[in-house]
Amino acid sequence: MTAAAPVPAAPLDGWPAEGQPRAIAKRLLRRYGLALAGGAIVAAWLGVALLARHLAPYPSDAVDVVQRLAPPSRAHWLGTDALGRDVLSRVLVGSRVSLLAGFTVVLIGGLLGTLVGAVAGYAGGRIEELLMRVTDLVLCFPPIILAMAIAAALGIGVRNTIIAMLAVWWPKFARLGRSLVLVQRNQEYVEAARVVGLSPATILFRHIMPNALGPLVVLITLDMGNAIITFAGLSFLGLGVVPPTPEWGAMVAEGRELVEQWWVAAFPGVAILSVVMAFNFMGDGFRDWLDPRSRAQ
Amino acid sequence: MVLYLVRRVGSAVLMTALATVMVFLIANQVPGDPVLAQLGDLAASDPAFVAEFRALHHLDRPLPERYWIFLEGLVHGDLGMSIATQRPVLDDIVQYAPATVELATAAFVLSLAIGIPLGVLAAVRRDSWIDHVARALSLVGVSSPTFWLAFVVLAVFYGGLQIAPGPGRLDPSALAPPTVTGLFVIDSVVARDWETLGAALAHLVLPSLVLAAATLGLITRTTRAAVLDSLGQDYVRTARAKGLTEWAVVIRHALRNAWIPIVTLGGLAYANLLTGAVMTETVFSWPGLGRYTFRSAVAVDFPAILGITLLVAVVYVAINLIIDLSYALLDPRVLRS
Repeated sequence: MTAAAPVPAAPLDGWPAEGQPRAIAKRLLRRYGLALAGGAIVAAWLGVALLARHLAPYPSDAVDVVQRLAPPSRAHWLGTDALGRDVLSRVLVGSRVSLLAGFTVVLIGGLLGTLVGAVAGYAGGRIEELLMRVTDLVLCFPPIILAMAIAAALGIGVRNTIIAMLAVWWPKFARLGRSLVLVQRNQEYVEAARVVGLSPATILFRHIMPNALGPLVVLITLDMGNAIITFAGLSFLGLGVVPPTPEWGAMVAEGRELVEQWWVAAFPGVAILSVVMAFNFMGDGFRDWLDPRSRAQ
Repeated sequence: MVLYLVRRVGSAVLMTALATVMVFLIANQVPGDPVLAQLGDLAASDPAFVAEFRALHHLDRPLPERYWIFLEGLVHGDLGMSIATQRPVLDDIVQYAPATVELATAAFVLSLAIGIPLGVLAAVRRDSWIDHVARALSLVGVSSPTFWLAFVVLAVFYGGLQIAPGPGRLDPSALAPPTVTGLFVIDSVVARDWETLGAALAHLVLPSLVLAAATLGLITRTTRAAVLDSLGQDYVRTARAKGLTEWAVVIRHALRNAWIPIVTLGGLAYANLLTGAVMTETVFSWPGLGRYTFRSAVAVDFPAILGITLLVAVVYVAINLIIDLSYALLDPRVLRS
């Protein structure tokens, strides 16, 4: 490999010459190291969510009254809660609901919002006016209050809370989707596609959207942490899961009076923090990759 | 300028009106029933009692008429009766707002007082340790769930180290200062009650830090990016070339031109602090609007939710207006165009 490496041109100062694998790896690692670490953490949590039942040392709802509120020990690495349930097991199993809620809200909300925005941006005129007015209307509300009201009205449960979050989640994607389509709409390739006689739907979804995908991926990744925090928050307030189900926000709520037994509330929070930070690292990495100018900041 | 103001306020009023219509529609499409949420099982099984309750809150009227009743009341400064507390919504809001305003203002002051200098330092000493610390802090601030952060600081500083007072605006046994503004810090100064002032300030430290965390992170990031951006401009090179000290360059030239993004973010952040205090108020037993909103939402108390929606809309509109007006002060070019 080294023998085959081309003779490098005079390297710019500070920049390793092209074609030196180790130097390139070092540069990539320096620039995208955090993003890679974020990706690894997210992947690890996804693995945990899939295999939770097998990884958890105890059943997540196994009550052990003798061992209640036991501090972290070799038997219970993260201690036990007020009912003597193993905190580690509940944190591991709890990842399922949190990640599922985060992914569902951002993916479905992102899809719906982008669709609304893209159609508005491409159609223009009255359709655009109508769709964007509705979008602005929903954006008028502080999302958490609106989601709280809808979730409370629909009744407690994971599905209802996700529906409530979806109701407030799509508008920001509608704004982004519209602005992305507006940028592309007057490009020559769109004109060409129109001249050839393709239908508006084909032009929008087969030609414009693939070109606008980058910023969407960035927002979706950065937003994932946001959605996970919001869901955990609603759950903390008692609007997320029905009690015995382990979920991170609800676990913090169960332990919030227990200042002496800090491990009950602290560890589920660390889990949330780690996932959210990992998604933020990934999102920043995507952004740097797609938009080299943002790197300077 | 006047025309611009009129247009802005006009469209804001229209949006607010549409927002209340939307809450009305949502309120009547959802399965939750305020009657069942409020009355006990026994009362709810008595048709006469239920009918009386519905009539009292106009729940028996058709939807457009109920909306008209609401608008009519609004003109007279009446937001209607809360179904849950059986008090006028306006009275409830007036009672709970000061605690939230005090908390949000403290958090806002903290995030500006720490965030702006930290952001400037991070930009000037780019890639130094202070830059890394600032970035790490803002990352943790943005990524932590507020309700968890609140628990952690309470556990550490109140439960563990015992150097901070517990939840609440004052100790349970302490008397609130005589009400003038409802803000304990100001009221205790008015009453020359220095002991209460100290206690009120001490009780503010932890919750306002927690509430400020996310905002602090955002303000630090934005300040850093804005100052870095203007440090690369020609006028900064000119200022340096004419021999100004580095700090004069940074403060008088670079920071001055970085104000617009900071003010934009800061204004919106204040609005978010005012409305987003639900979690912090819950963990710190803070008797503010956040908890009132939460209770109203859970009780499906639509008059209260409607009143809060209206208040929030007004706050957002007012703050957006202030932001736009302050552009004119910060950048004389805005007025000319």
